[in-house]
Amino acid sequence: MTEHFSRPLLELSQVSIEFKTPKGLFKALDNVNLKIADGEFVSLIGHSGCGKSTVLNIVAGLLKATSGGVVLDGREVNEPGPERAVVFQNHSLLPWLTAYENVELAVKRVFKGKKTKAEMHEWIEHNLKLVHMEHALHKRPDEISGGMKQRVGIARALAMQPQVLLMDEPFGALDALTRAHLQDSLMEIQRTLKNTVIMITHDVDEAVLLSDRIVMMTNGPSATIGEILKIDLQRPRSRLELADDTHYNHLRHEVLAFLYEKQRKVEDFAQHAKKKNDTNAETQPRLKVVS
Amino acid sequence: MTTALPTRLNPFREFDARVWSLAILKGVALPVVGIGMFLLIWHLVSGSIQTSLGQFPGPVQVQEQVKNLYVEFLEEKQREVEFYERQQKRIDARLKVEPDFKAEIRPYTGKPTFVQQIFTSLVTVFSGFFLAALVAIPLGIAIGLSASLYTAVNPVIQLFKPVSPLAWLPLVTMVVSALYTTADGSLPKSFVTSAITVMLCCIWPTVINTAVGVTSVSKDLLNVSCVLRLNWIEHIQKIVLPSAVPMIFTGLRLSLSTAWMVLIAAEMLAQNPGLGKFVWDEFQNGSSNSLGRIMVAVLTIGLIGFLLDRSMLWLQRRVSWDKNAITR
Repeated sequence: MTEHFSRPLLELSQVSIEFKTPKGLFKALDNVNLKIADGEFVSLIGHSGCGKSTVLNIVAGLLKATSGGVVLDGREVNEPGPERAVVFQNHSLLPWLTAYENVELAVKRVFKGKKTKAEMHEWIEHNLKLVHMEHALHKRPDEISGGMKQRVGIARALAMQPQVLLMDEPFGALDALTRAHLQDSLMEIQRTLKNTVIMITHDVDEAVLLSDRIVMMTNGPSATIGEILKIDLQRPRSRLELADDTHYNHLRHEVLAFLYEKQRKVEDFAQHAKKKNDTNAETQPRLKVVS
Repeated sequence: MTTALPTRLNPFREFDARVWSLAILKGVALPVVGIGMFLLIWHLVSGSIQTSLGQFPGPVQVQEQVKNLYVEFLEEKQREVEFYERQQKRIDARLKVEPDFKAEIRPYTGKPTFVQQIFTSLVTVFSGFFLAALVAIPLGIAIGLSASLYTAVNPVIQLFKPVSPLAWLPLVTMVVSALYTTADGSLPKSFVTSAITVMLCCIWPTVINTAVGVTSVSKDLLNVSCVLRLNWIEHIQKIVLPSAVPMIFTGLRLSLSTAWMVLIAAEMLAQNPGLGKFVWDEFQNGSSNSLGRIMVAVLTIGLIGFLLDRSMLWLQRRVSWDKNAITR
C-alpha cells in the first residue's frame, strides 16, 4: 500500500500488547503499524475478538501497549485525554444529566478559561445542533431513543474538538434504519469538520461507505493488520447511487473476501465466549449487595 | 368485532367505570380483609392467654388504652397550661408590689405524655441516623474506591455488623458518662447514649451499600472520566457519587429501619424518655392496664417504622435519578 500523505498525524509503531490471564500471558496484538494522516477517516474491521477495540483503547490511552507506542502530532500517547475523544459503543452518557449537561461536562473540562460562559453555551448548542439534537437539549438519556443517545455521545466527543475522534462500534447497537441515518449525519459532519477519525466496525457496508481506508485485521491471538484497502470513491457519497456502482461493489467484495476467505473464523461459540472473557478488561464489581 | 381483545387488556377503550371500580375494590378490599382477619385471630387468641397482669390485651382493650392515653395527653396539656397561668399570676402579683422584680419563668416538669415520648424517640432516632450517615457515606465511598482499603476494613465491618445494641449500650453509657461532662442540660446523657448506640448499630447497611454502589460504577463511565481527565474530586463528585446514589439510598433505607428497631431497646436500658422507656415503665408499673398500653406502643412503633420507610422511599424518588431502581 502506498502512502499519499506526507506527514502522519497519528502513528502506531510496532504496537504489541499482552494480558495476564490465569493461564499465563495472552498476546492480543502483535506488531501493529499504522500511519494516519490529518483529516483521514480510517475504519478498523475484523472478526470479533481480533483486538480492534484493543487498538482503539491503546490510541485512547485507556490501555498501555506492552511494547511499541503511539505518537500523536509529535507527542507520545501515554494517558487518556480529550484530544483523543472517544465515542463508545453504548453511548456512555451520564444517566443523571440531560443531553445538554452531558456535553457541558466535556466542554467545561476542555475549554475552562479559554471560552466565556456565553461562548461555552453557544458551543454546546452548536454541537448538539450538528447532530440534530436541538429539539431534546434538556432530555435525560432514558427519555430519548438509542439513536439519539448515540447522537449526543457524538456531540460530546465533537465538542471536545479532538485531534483524533475515536469511535468504538458507534452504531453497532442500533437498528438498520437508525444506523443509516446516523451514518449520513456523520458523513455530513465530516464534510464540514474534516476530523481525523478511527472507527471500529463489524459492518462491511458501513466501512466502505464512510472510510478513506479500511484496515483489516487478522484473527487473534497475536492479531495484527492483515490488509489495508484504500476506498477511492468520490465524496460526497450517496448510499443509493453506490448500491449500483461497480467499483463500490468491487471494494465491498475485497473486504468480504478478506473476512470470509482469508480470515475465516472457525471457532465454536463456547470457546469464543471464554476467550472474550479472558481478554476483556472489564471488571466485575468486587462486592455483592448485602442487605 | 371489538370483542377480539378482552376489555381489560384493550388499551384503546374509553374510561371504563366497571374495570376501575373493580381495581379500586381490589386495592382497598383485600387489605381490609387482611387486617380484619388479623384482628379476629388476635381477639380469639388473646382471650385464651392469662398472665399475672390479667388477660392478654385484645383489640378492644387496646382501643380503650388508645383513648386513655389520648385523654391523659389532653389532661397533661391542660395541667401545663394551668401551671404557666398560675406562675404568671404570681409574677404579676409580685410585680405590683415590687416593680423592678426580675421574673424567672420556671419550666413545667410534669410526666412526659405518650405523644411527647413519640416525639423524643423520633428526635433520638434521627440524631443517631444522621450521625451514622455522616460517617457511613464517606467511609463507603473510600472503601468502594480502594480495593486495598476495602480488604483491610472488611473484617472489622463483618465483625461489628451483627453486634446487638444491648451489647454496646453499657460501654457507650460508660464512655458517654466519662467524656460528656458539660452538663449544661441541653442534651441529656441518656439521649446521647441512645443516639450513639443507634448510630453504632445502623451504620453498616449504608457503609456496605455505598461501597457496592461505588464499585459498580459502569466501566464506560470510568472511561469517560479518564478521557475527560477529571481530577479525583471531580471524579467523585461528577461520576462516582451520582452513580452510587441509588445504592446509597438503599443503604440509608435499611439503616433507618435498623435504627428504629435498635432505638427501642436502647431507650429501654438508657432510660431515654421515649417509646422504649414508655414500654419499660409500663412493664415495671405492672397494672392491669399495662399490657394494653404496651400493645399500643407496639402498634405505634410499627406504624412509625412503616411511615419512616415510606418517607425515605419518597425522598429517594425525589432525589435519585434512577426511577426504576425503586419498586417497593
